[in-house]
Parts: sequence; structure tokens; C-alpha cells
Amino acid sequence: MIWSKYSAPQAFYPLAGRLIPWFSVVAVALIGVGLYMGFFVAPTDFQQGEAYRIIFVHVPAAWMSMFLYVVMAVWAGVGLGLNARLSFMMAQAIAPTGAMFTFLALLTGAMWGKPTWGAWWVWDARLTSELILLFQYAGVMLLRTSIDDLRRADRSSAVFSLVGVVNVPIIYFSVQWWNTLHQGASVSMSTGSKMAATMLTAMLLMTLAFWLYSVAVILSRVRCIIVERESLPVWEEQPTVVQKVAEVR
Amino acid sequence: MSRSSMWEAVGGIVRRDLLLAMRRRSDAAMSVFFLVIVVSLFPLGVGPEPAVLRTIGPGVLWVAALLACLLSLARVFTADYVDGTLEQMVLVPQPLAVLVVGKVFAHWVISGLPIVVLSPLLGLQFGLSGESLGVLVMSLLLGTPTLSMIGTIGAALVLGVRGSGLLVALLVLPLYVPVLIFGAGAVTSSMAGIGGEANLSLLGACLVLSLFLAPWATAVALRIALE
Amino acid sequence: MQWGSASEFFAMGGYGLYVWTSFVVTALCMVWEVLALWRRRAAARAEHRAMLLGGTDETAA
Repeated sequence: MIWSKYSAPQAFYPLAGRLIPWFSVVAVALIGVGLYMGFFVAPTDFQQGEAYRIIFVHVPAAWMSMFLYVVMAVWAGVGLGLNARLSFMMAQAIAPTGAMFTFLALLTGAMWGKPTWGAWWVWDARLTSELILLFQYAGVMLLRTSIDDLRRADRSSAVFSLVGVVNVPIIYFSVQWWNTLHQGASVSMSTGSKMAATMLTAMLLMTLAFWLYSVAVILSRVRCIIVERESLPVWEEQPTVVQKVAEVR
Repeated sequence: MSRSSMWEAVGGIVRRDLLLAMRRRSDAAMSVFFLVIVVSLFPLGVGPEPAVLRTIGPGVLWVAALLACLLSLARVFTADYVDGTLEQMVLVPQPLAVLVVGKVFAHWVISGLPIVVLSPLLGLQFGLSGESLGVLVMSLLLGTPTLSMIGTIGAALVLGVRGSGLLVALLVLPLYVPVLIFGAGAVTSSMAGIGGEANLSLLGACLVLSLFLAPWATAVALRIALE
Repeated sequence: MQWGSASEFFAMGGYGLYVWTSFVVTALCMVWEVLALWRRRAAARAEHRAMLLGGTDETAA
């Protein structure tokens, strides 16, 4: 199979290098179109006024934060199951970007909540599970940096990210249950029901753009990790290095 | 390998851990003492109004129980790791996950059960009434084994890692959130007159889920740590 | 197009502070991430090159 060929870091490194420009260019283009749609085509929301435009960054960031955690856990699981170095490197590369989007989702959520609900923060199911998600990203990264042995760091953080995958949905439903108990604290967040088509298009374009951005950034981080971890020559620039070596001689 | 030999092995681990704990009673007493102190600090910080104390009581008791459970996690595997017993445990024919259940049970008896027994007294400090005290005990009885189950995953992950005491708290506390919500929720809803049964059954579900998943995850983490 | 003027656009119907903080912080985070990766890559390559050249120096000597 073609995939098994690229499961070796040496083979994946140049492939990732070829893919990054494409993902980057399309991501930048889509962000441009999405921002134009979001600010100039999408109409004013009759309930929330212009503040609703925050969802064009908030919803993509929130979706990416959850999606990236699942992808990270899948790579971690593949790594544990097949004992594949590259899978652990992918999981390692995903964590910082996922944590960044989780932070952005929380921040932009607060920015949206203040004018809409009158509060920066409420203990709602989505907000709480997003906060716990940020803690779990931090846990995965801290566990990795605390363990000196690379092989154990890979595997231990993989186990923790898999445990976390079970935790986040449980927290979501427990907080939802908890909020129905405390009647006063519940806040309705129905935005999706009567969204104009242009608003939805802009939101989906931004989501796609954030996804492509994530792929580009993660691939480029994987390349850094490969160079840092594998004590092999930098394949891409081998000719120039060989030339330099010859000059030194 | 026969089923009876498996139970013998688990029973042996539980007996051994309890015996060791009996020899070092001050260790177990310390986390109970910690619980009592933390719980007693809250009325001093918040003020003595009975209505306020009743409102925050279940949450405070549960958070304190969480922290007390966390404090004793470092002890679950460290001694066995240092003296090499853990490596023997990995090598025996009985499945490691089953042996882990024995370790978790011993940990619960040492650090969870005292909390359950002591909780009605602490509840009185917060003005909880008779029925709520019963629900508090029930919630802790169902919840603290889950805390031990989840906690041992963290303890196995950070085994022999520098700064493991703080790290295990950062890893495990987010995983404790559902138990905290259901546990404190059971007491709160019984105080509100709704009855805590729904929350208690959810706590039971958490216990069953953790009983199936946690020993297995702990076993994987232990093997990784011992490689 | 619903904006009469540029100032109206930047005011965002009175919500300018919230909207622009969200977008600007998001943009800064993403740009910072790309720059940080770029520097990490440069550092990793420099280290590697130094190692390679250092290795040949030893064999030459």
C-alpha cells in the first residue's frame, strides 16, 4: 500500500514539505473569502446586532479544538496499537494547535457572551467542556515534557489523551444535566436555527480555512519534530550540506 | 490459569497493601486530617451564616474529598516501584488489570472509606439535615471508588517522573469533574426536595464505567512506565 | 453591503471592541504560531548542520 510507504518519517518528511504550500495557499485564500462574506455579504442579525459576527471565528475555533483533540487521540491510539513512531509525532504536533484553538474558542466566546448575555462567562455545558478540554490539552503536553525518555513520553501522553476522549462527552452531558437542575443558570444559546444562508456559508468557509491552516501548521511542526528527533541527515537539504562539507574539507 | 488463583492473587495484594498501611497508620491518617482541616477552613473564610453554609456544604465536602483522595495517590505505586514489586506484578501469569483492581480496592479502603465514615460529622458542620447526610454518605460511597479508579491511571502515568506530585493533580482533576458534579448534585437535589436518586444512579454508572476501563488503562500505563 | 462608511464599519454597531478583539487576537495567535514554527525549524536545521559539519571536522582531523 502507498500509505505504508509514507509511514516512515524519512519518507513522510518530503511529502509533508510538498503538501504544506498547497494547504497554506488555499487556507489564506479561504480566510480572505470567508472574512469578506462575513463582514460585507452576511446581513446584520436582527437579535444580536453586529456582535454575532464573532461567531465567524468563534465557531470554527471551537469546532477545530474538539476535532483536533479527537484526531490527536486517534493518532495516539494508532501509535500505541501499531507501535508507529510517526503516529506519535503527529499526536505531538497536533496538541499545541488544538490548545491554541481551545483558548481562542474560550476567549471569543467570552467576547460574544458579554454583549449577548451580559456575562463574560456562564457555567454552561459547552463552555465547561471546552475549559476542561483546555486542561486536558495542557495535561497531554505537560506529561510529555515531564518525561525525559522519548518512547515513554510518547506512550504515556497517548494513554492520557485516549482517557480524555472518554471524559469530554461525559462532562458535556453531566453539566447539561446539572444545569437543568439549577434552573436559573441555564442560558439558551440557539443561534443555528434561523441563520441566514450567507451567514452559514461564511461560517463554513472559515471553518474549512481553519482546518486547512491546521493541516499546514501541523505538517510543518511534524517536520520540525522529525528533524529534532531523528538523528538522520536533513533529507531535503542534503545536496547543500554535502557541498558545505566539501568546502570545509 | 484458574479463576481461583486469580482471586487469590488479588486477595493477596489487598491483604499485603492493607497490612503495609496498618504499619504506617500516620500516612492514612494524614489525608483524613487534611480533609477535616480543609472543610473546617471554609466556614471561617465564608462566614457563619447557616443558609450560606448549607448551600456551599455539599460542594465543599466533595471538593475536599477529591483533594484528599488526590493526596494519597502518590502512595499507590511508588513503594512497589522502588522495591521492584511492581516488576514482579507485571510478570506474573494473572492479568495485570485484575491485579490493579486489588491495588485500587486497597487504596480505597485506606483513603476513601475513612472519608465516607467521617463525612456525616463534617456535614453537620455545614448544617446538613438527616436525609441529606444519608445521601452524602451514599454519594461518597459510590463516588470515592471511582476517584480511586481514575486516580490510579494518573498515578501509573507519572510513576517515577520528576515533579509527579503536581503533575498527577493536573492530569487527574479534570477527569474528576463528572464525579464531582454528580456527587455534589445528589446532595444538593436531596436538600432541594427532589431526591438524589437520579444523581446517585449516574454516580453508579460512572463507577461501573471506570471499573471496566480504568484498570485496563492503568495496566497499559504501568507497562509503559516499567519498560 | 450594509456599511455607510469606514467608521461605521469599525464601530460594528457599538460592538466594535468585542468583535475586533476577537478577530485581532485570533489573527495574532495564528501569525505567532506560524512565526514560532518558522524559528523552531530554523533552529533545528542550524543545529543539525552544525552537528554534520562538526562530525566531518573530527574525521578530517
